[in-house]
Amino acid sequence: MTNRASSTHDLASSIDPKLRVVFVGHVDHGKSTLIGRILNDTNSLPEGKLEQVQRACAAENMEFEFAFLLDALLEEQEQNITIDTTQIPFKTVKRNYMIIDAPGHKEFLKNMITGAANADAAVLVIAANEGVQEQSKRHAYLLSLLGVQQFCVVVNKMDLTDYSEARFREIEDKYRQFLKTLNLEPRVFIPASARFGENIISPSKKMTWHKGPTVADALDDMAPLAPPVELPLRFCVQDVYKFDERRIIAGRIETGMLRVGDELVFSPANKTSIVQSIESWQPRSDNASGRANNETAIAGDSIGITLREQIFVERGYVGSHSKNAPIETNRFHADLFWIARQPARLSYLYTARLATQEVRCQIVSLDEVMDSSSLERSATKAEQLERNEVGRMTLQTRAPIVLDNHDRVPPLGRFVLVDDGMICGGGIIHGGVYTDRAAVKSKNIFWSEGKINAQARAAQHGHRGAVIWLTGLSGSGKSTIAQALERELFVRAMHPYILDGDNIRHGLNSNLGFSPDDRVENIRRVSEVAKLMSDAGNVVITAFISPYRADRQRARAIAMEGNAEFIEVFVDAPLAVCEERDPKNLYKKARAGEIREFTGIDAPYEAPVDPEIVVQTHQQSVEESVATILERLLPRLK
Amino acid sequence: MTNMARTHLDRLENQSVFIFREAYHSFKNVAMPWSMGKDSNVLIWLACKAFFGRVPFPVLHIDTTYEFPEMLEFREWATEHYKLNLVVKINKEARARGVGYETHDPVTVTHELKTVALQQAMAQYGWDALITGIRRDEDPTRAKERCFSPRNAQFEWDYKDQPPEFWGQFATTAGKGEHVRVQPLLDWTEVDIWRYIQRENIPIPQMYFAKNGQRYRSLGCRPITKPIKSNADTIDAIITELETTRTSERAGRAQDHHERNAMQKLRAKGFL
Repeated sequence: MTNRASSTHDLASSIDPKLRVVFVGHVDHGKSTLIGRILNDTNSLPEGKLEQVQRACAAENMEFEFAFLLDALLEEQEQNITIDTTQIPFKTVKRNYMIIDAPGHKEFLKNMITGAANADAAVLVIAANEGVQEQSKRHAYLLSLLGVQQFCVVVNKMDLTDYSEARFREIEDKYRQFLKTLNLEPRVFIPASARFGENIISPSKKMTWHKGPTVADALDDMAPLAPPVELPLRFCVQDVYKFDERRIIAGRIETGMLRVGDELVFSPANKTSIVQSIESWQPRSDNASGRANNETAIAGDSIGITLREQIFVERGYVGSHSKNAPIETNRFHADLFWIARQPARLSYLYTARLATQEVRCQIVSLDEVMDSSSLERSATKAEQLERNEVGRMTLQTRAPIVLDNHDRVPPLGRFVLVDDGMICGGGIIHGGVYTDRAAVKSKNIFWSEGKINAQARAAQHGHRGAVIWLTGLSGSGKSTIAQALERELFVRAMHPYILDGDNIRHGLNSNLGFSPDDRVENIRRVSEVAKLMSDAGNVVITAFISPYRADRQRARAIAMEGNAEFIEVFVDAPLAVCEERDPKNLYKKARAGEIREFTGIDAPYEAPVDPEIVVQTHQQSVEESVATILERLLPRLK
Repeated sequence: MTNMARTHLDRLENQSVFIFREAYHSFKNVAMPWSMGKDSNVLIWLACKAFFGRVPFPVLHIDTTYEFPEMLEFREWATEHYKLNLVVKINKEARARGVGYETHDPVTVTHELKTVALQQAMAQYGWDALITGIRRDEDPTRAKERCFSPRNAQFEWDYKDQPPEFWGQFATTAGKGEHVRVQPLLDWTEVDIWRYIQRENIPIPQMYFAKNGQRYRSLGCRPITKPIKSNADTIDAIITELETTRTSERAGRAQDHHERNAMQKLRAKGFL
């Protein structure tokens, strides 16, 4: 008999990651008792805790149970059930552990998920007298969905079945068969009695027929999950910081490895840039070796990088290596478990969160609903998914989403659905669907009653309307930038529209010439149209020279009357540069006197005094200019 | 390949930094209570790591007026050192009414001078998220916490119906008047904190180190915080002491032990 409790100062124990192990099982099958027993027998309890609980039991005329050690909250003692996930540290000679106690009560499924999703390993507890029950199955199934691979099964309460090997084998056979249907393979089955401490820390004398490990041995045989460095790189952007002159892209490497000098492709826009540096406040070090390392980062690291080219990147973008990039789609299949009280409904607008992405989405078809305890599938088309059910479904997003199949890159293959800020369910992705648009059913979206106002429109569009007023000399790049900007907004599933000379002068303003009065009227009409269109929820981009400050001020006033966001963008380039470009040969004609009152030549251009955004097209490329605009613009449209 | 190895502390640090950044992104108006205690200083350190050398939100000290002078001295030093945006809040109204340890029980005083003071500061500044330094291993009620833990407008914690938290997804929205407690140190243990302070060389008040056979293991208000018997005058000695002790960390904090379930009652009403 070995004493597994350790109280020696053991440096290795703090260097090695702890093993996070979740305990699950049917209600009343003895999880809490098992944990209490482990804590007690490994000397992991605070001094006097056992005696204190024993005294409390005696005072209230209750028989002491090891489960009470956990139930430190008053309510729990009253109800005699564990109500929430608890984490408790303990240690054996081999290593440190964090026990995650997940409740067995049916209604507390979400707590179990909270506990189990963060675990390296699991212990499934089954009471010998009751055998495999509903939640024994449900929990195993959820473990498989959550991706917990390492686990062992403890057949507890063997004292109630006279420590019978036959009973133990019967349960083992039945449960193994069930687990096989989930492709789960437990490491070991252990017959035990938590109440009497049989096969917990030391081998039981009452069950000498059991040649396998004790519970503590089985735990020691499992290992903390290693960071998934061998998988393709997925660097998920959390934020972009500009606290000083650096533009730091901050995020976590979910899988794979990143090195300074790597070329990364950022999806969904699929722009590429090279990693210039890994930034850190204190030198990053490999603490296992103690050596400084600002060249490499691996899965699990929360890092910040700078890029060589200033491409537009924001929260939600996923950096990868181009030869191993993720799927980009707006339609995919998933298995989804549902934990909210309100059932999941077809066509209802949810928010999907996948890593740091947030995209509005709908369930477009529900192909199969599974009872998560019997695991029976009903293939009849269902309209909704009830709490505690699992469904196989197709989802469609409003904007492109970047993902992987769960069996390939797990962190990018799982998502949650959120409604009104609450996480309602979690799903595992089977694969992106790129075509099959014909199968998209149009169903009514649920609308709240009342007038459709700007807020309602913004909610449906996913962004607010706005007027983006580009101003600058002829040849400064307004039209080129407008088109590139429109494209960038459009691929984000937003609703941009360009107003320029081409579509305004030929129709609406065909009766206007170029006299000073007509110019003023031209801009006034453009301003009014822009206001209406932004009120309709569009992001209107105007591309007119609009040389007079007074005109632009009026355009702003008109937009603001309609409560529209007005963003003045000064497309700045020196006259000489514009004249050099002269895309329409207008400068030449003006110099030759063929055109009169041409801005910059014989008519003034009044540069904006305090524009929201300035881009300098003689120094910035079109892409950089658009990135500068997007960076300021997108937050204002939320 | 040594660069593939990550220690237990690396894993904790990475997770905390991730949580900091999620909080900073998700909430408009974040503040971080700071007690100048060891966990609080680790929190400042981790914020600097998350935000590349700065704490980009206000840091709140709830001054009960029963502070140890050494702690106030440390406060001034650290505010300058880290260039903190420090907000100091005292519940002057309660002090004017005569609420104090001389006349009232510790649970009442803690509630008035800490929780109510915090409520006053929240009302004044309109923060929608508070980043706290609580850890699961400190107390059974804290063991059940979430990394993102909502509080209603009355500051109440509905610990029976907490939002799920998995796959790095948290409850990142607060309704009007509500706030979310963001708790980056939840998974850390007391020993983790000390090992990290040692590894990173994080400045902390000297009162944690033994003098004349005693030291403070946990620091709170002067009248109700008792030192423990100890000769641990270095971090190594403290770690050795902690690995052999089975006394709880907050044993020297009187308000926790004033009555049965005192901590639970305090926390349900909004105490950190």
